[in-house]
Amino acid sequence: NFSSCGVILDNLTVLSDFAGTRFRPLSFEVPKPLFPVAGVPMLQHHIEACAKVPNMKEILLIGFYQPNEELNRFLANVQQDFKISVRYLQEYAALGTGGGIYHFRDQILSGGPEAFFIMNADVCSEFPLSEMLDFQKKHGDTHSFVILGTTANRKQSMNYGCIVENQQSNEVLHYVEKPSTFVSDIINCGIYLFTPEIFRHIGAVFQKNQQDMLLYHYEGEEQTNGWQRVEVIRLEQDIFTSLAGQGKLFVYKTDRFWSQIKSAGSAIYASRLYLNQYHKTHPERLARNEEGGVKIIGNVYIHPTANIDPSAVLGPNVSIGTGVTIGAGVRVRESIILHGATLQDHSCVLNSIVGWDSTIGRWARVEGTPSDPNPNDPYAKIDSETLFTDGKLTPSITILGCNVNIPSEVIILNSIVLPHKDLNRSFKNQIIL
Amino acid sequence: MCDHIMKALILVGGYGTRLRPLTLSVPKPLVEFCNKPILLHQVEALVKAGVNHVILAVSYMSDLLEREMRAQEHRLGIKISLSHEKEPLGTAGPLALARELLTDNTDPFFVLNSDVICDFPFEDMLKFHKHHGKEGTIVVTKVEEPSKYGVVVYEAESGCIHRFVEKPQVFVSNKINAGMYIFSPSMLDRIQLRPTSIEKEIFPNMAQEGHLYAMELQGFWMDIGQPKDFLTGMCMYLQSVRQHSPEKLRTGPGFLGNVLVDPTAQIGENCTIGPNVTLGAGVVLEDGVRIKRCTVLKGARVRSHSWLESCIVGWSSSVGQWVRMENVTVLGEDVIVHDELYLNGANVLPHKSITDSVPEPRIIM
Repeated sequence: NFSSCGVILDNLTVLSDFAGTRFRPLSFEVPKPLFPVAGVPMLQHHIEACAKVPNMKEILLIGFYQPNEELNRFLANVQQDFKISVRYLQEYAALGTGGGIYHFRDQILSGGPEAFFIMNADVCSEFPLSEMLDFQKKHGDTHSFVILGTTANRKQSMNYGCIVENQQSNEVLHYVEKPSTFVSDIINCGIYLFTPEIFRHIGAVFQKNQQDMLLYHYEGEEQTNGWQRVEVIRLEQDIFTSLAGQGKLFVYKTDRFWSQIKSAGSAIYASRLYLNQYHKTHPERLARNEEGGVKIIGNVYIHPTANIDPSAVLGPNVSIGTGVTIGAGVRVRESIILHGATLQDHSCVLNSIVGWDSTIGRWARVEGTPSDPNPNDPYAKIDSETLFTDGKLTPSITILGCNVNIPSEVIILNSIVLPHKDLNRSFKNQIIL
Repeated sequence: MCDHIMKALILVGGYGTRLRPLTLSVPKPLVEFCNKPILLHQVEALVKAGVNHVILAVSYMSDLLEREMRAQEHRLGIKISLSHEKEPLGTAGPLALARELLTDNTDPFFVLNSDVICDFPFEDMLKFHKHHGKEGTIVVTKVEEPSKYGVVVYEAESGCIHRFVEKPQVFVSNKINAGMYIFSPSMLDRIQLRPTSIEKEIFPNMAQEGHLYAMELQGFWMDIGQPKDFLTGMCMYLQSVRQHSPEKLRTGPGFLGNVLVDPTAQIGENCTIGPNVTLGAGVVLEDGVRIKRCTVLKGARVRSHSWLESCIVGWSSSVGQWVRMENVTVLGEDVIVHDELYLNGANVLPHKSITDSVPEPRIIM
């Protein structure tokens, strides 16, 4: 009789990130949460994990997007595939991770769930949700909240929310978001298990914000801005920090795969993690070597509608979207080829994302530099990329926006090409507007 | 022509460091240019003009060079001598060293820089030299940017040289020394056995005394002493082959422009080759290779779907699949380039195995 509800948040705390600016030029065409990772929209991995939890009643998506056809189609598809209600709740403004769920608390609680999961859309994970439930039960306190945590290395931990735990009880003793000095190597994965009790805590912050507004209100400030500010509540800084050490907040540590998907570059890394997971969860999605067929190396996803010459060589870590055409003698490795793209004979695509309906000419080479975490450090995470270092573009994966044409025989190296460009020569280490 | 001995001295010089890494494996005169050792381009043209004794002025000894020259003596029916400098003698000193070989008769003799490639005008030189009757004739060639070179100022009508101007700042002439001379033996009296520059220390005096004439070269000319110019020279040479003996070039589907292919080279399906490609003996291009403006030396292999432009692939090297090489990448002998790499202006020493891309020009030791 235990019931739960999954809520996936795509509201980040910084307004500009709503549009997925760090995901440009790919987020021009599709909302970032619908960008395909390992062949399916990023969010589908979250939804699938929620749907597997026993007694999951409903999945809610909270975001700031204007619902569009693509989103509606996605909602219809996942509801059909997973036989569960999936609804999209649009925020009227950017409310922060806490503000968003507080605003929609009636919707979240409408089915009377005893617990619910909150997860950020821009993470990729094995989503050990059932384990989190078991962990919560084991603690015996039905009102405890659980943060999914993982171990990072000392240096990178400071880019995340850092958690200090009581090693016996796993209670969160201290929480700090992105500290400037080392605090703990346990980091927040952006995946939480809450009980309805959490709204009492968020409500308290909401009330306090409101009182502060009245106290510090000064002439001339517009009321609408004020109200928005009251509603903006960040779970991490505003809630977890004060809940730490109160005996209510616990951390469940996982050593399963987990990564953020902030920039477009991390989508290739996330794809690799999910493709690897398919061996257990969806072996049917992995392409196999067949007599006289295309040569597959490692984990490769090929959409059934793709048309691939048998002399091509694909993989490892390649995802081929719908209606993609791949010519004779083409090589693709560590890349995502989006729907409708054409790779002509002998072309070579390495560490790149090829945008929708783009064309790569014969013998052209499209190559990026992978931004993978250090493979020799088990706790290394993908670095949040800075586009420029010392005024120069940081070598990164190559991204071709939608409908880009690459002529025959050129090389496009470590570059970002914005949509609808016809290039006429080679480019290296450039952003091509 | 064979009733007397006609001689030529070729200034081979030292280790050919400018053409490294190729010259780390093979003495420069034996590096194949358009499928023929550089030296043989000159020697064969000399033989055609009636030369029957070739003297190679070398400052280092190489068994390989000696053996090869013995073989060529037989093949061409001429005498080839090696004149070995104990210390580098510059461009004039070697003439003094070979003095005895050059003065056993009174006939004029040729002197050549060994890096020069052109339509060699030896017969015309001989005629021209005999016509003016003075001590020396130098061949000059026209250049676009005279300010980069030393230019020759001479009387257009007769060819009589007035003076030489090093890197002229104002235009005085667009003709430069092409590194090919013919001298009468009396000229050797001007040279002592010590390091001497023929261009700077000998020619100015000869010109002043009215003993030096210039003959203008028709057609192409290139100093192929370094890889970039080696490739430019190849393009010029193949164009000249196109004009004089087009049957030597490969044509047909998959071939573009001037392409020279050794009969023992093997070419896969769906390749596009050219313009300006030379494939040596036993070279293998696998399927789907795109190659232009390249020389592939004997026994090298380029695997499927690779793309090469402006490269020299050294003897017995192997270029992997989906490799891109460009911008005067030079592979020494027996280099292995692994699959899917990008080499931009890499200079790779012999027997190296390349496992990482070289995105910016550099030397791979």
